[in-house]
Amino acid sequence: MDKTVANLATAVAGIEDGMTVMIGGFGGAGSPIELIHALIDRFLATGHPKDLTIINNNAGNGHVGLAALIEAGMVKKLICSFPRSADPVVFTDLYLAGKIELELVPQGTLAERIRAGGAGIPAFYTPTSYGTDLAKGKPVEEFEGRAYVRERWLKADVALVKAETADTHGNLTYRAAARNFNPLMCMAAALTVAQARRVVPAGGIDPEIVITPGIFVQQVVEVADPQQEEDLNRANAVYPGVA
Amino acid sequence: MTAKLSNNQIAWRAAQDITDGAYVNLGIGFPEKVAQYQPPGREAIFHTENGILNFGEPPPKGQEDWDLINAGKKAVTLKPGAAFFHHADSFAMVRGGHLDVAILGAYEVAENGDLANWSTGPKGVPAVGGAMDLVHGAKRVAVITDHVTKDGKPKLLKRCTLPLTGVGCVTRVYTSLAVIDIEGGRFVLKEKLPALSFDELQAVTGAELLVSGTVADLIVPEL
Repeated sequence: MDKTVANLATAVAGIEDGMTVMIGGFGGAGSPIELIHALIDRFLATGHPKDLTIINNNAGNGHVGLAALIEAGMVKKLICSFPRSADPVVFTDLYLAGKIELELVPQGTLAERIRAGGAGIPAFYTPTSYGTDLAKGKPVEEFEGRAYVRERWLKADVALVKAETADTHGNLTYRAAARNFNPLMCMAAALTVAQARRVVPAGGIDPEIVITPGIFVQQVVEVADPQQEEDLNRANAVYPGVA
Repeated sequence: MTAKLSNNQIAWRAAQDITDGAYVNLGIGFPEKVAQYQPPGREAIFHTENGILNFGEPPPKGQEDWDLINAGKKAVTLKPGAAFFHHADSFAMVRGGHLDVAILGAYEVAENGDLANWSTGPKGVPAVGGAMDLVHGAKRVAVITDHVTKDGKPKLLKRCTLPLTGVGCVTRVYTSLAVIDIEGGRFVLKEKLPALSFDELQAVTGAELLVSGTVADLIVPEL
């Protein structure tokens, strides 16, 4: 078994128009910038994929990564908890112009909906959002004297995640707080593509430290020196940049 | 109006109630200041939604590791005994009743414990983050806030007028003028600035203040 793919272009080849794509990361930490940029390259070359529904905690920053994906016009809808950030001009402008849909989900509910999607649990009850605007239209039930809101699972066609080390079986480790949503998204997508700083042969990761077991990962691609959104934004980078 | 506490002083006062060994989540922005004023000899463990327990001070400029950030996306460092975890575990800590204290900012707090701190209305881009999760599950949910808005209007009200973050969730409010508990759906005054009379405080509070027992002087060092 070898889940490695040769390059980034191959890694994002399975994403089609109208698909739902989970993208890992919290802000820039754990964001698979190179996979996102490869997807933008494909769109610029072929006009596809478009009309994507993207699931991420945020709406991107500056003009790289997720923000660049949105700026390229590939995203129809965003499902996230916090689309406001230091410099989210791309999403803000499109949203206020009515050109992109937003489903706002409390952060813990977003995480649990993704986890539930990966775990085969179609719905669950949470105290979060009870009595607020974000609970409107959702069933409420009382357990042990307290009200809970029913939330549904979230699943995706594809997940793009960033790992630290991957092995050829798709086992993954992460680095520091770059873990965040990545392990959950691996579970919840039909096709999970992980970029990793290092891809090692099976046996190259101590099983005791595997965070995401390879069963949740279909493809791995090595990106030896990944870019970090914060660094790119401090350099005022724009993707794909001016030719 | 007499002098009021600075944000640093409000944060200092809130920090005095955090016990040794407590697991604490501080909201983004102003509440993050509370971490600076832990009383000597006590060690609190700070939780951030994006998957760290026991993070510490920001690193010196230029030494940021952007995989090591807090929920406000600011660079942090680790203290001995830190742990990383994914987002579902992180919010299991939040909703599952494992945090001892969450300290949050507020636009409005109502006497029934309702909190509004995520939306100022339908304009602009809505964003909620972890606020609605944090108000559930922590054993104690406290608010730190100026006592009044920038226009001098009360932030402590009979009922919130802005979109709610959570219902009946706040148990203590540390303001620039007073410390107020929420008990049985009422504001109960615990401490106030000594130079301020009860009537002066009541005049800038949007719901009735009850007194049960003594009201202590709110005394905070210059910071």
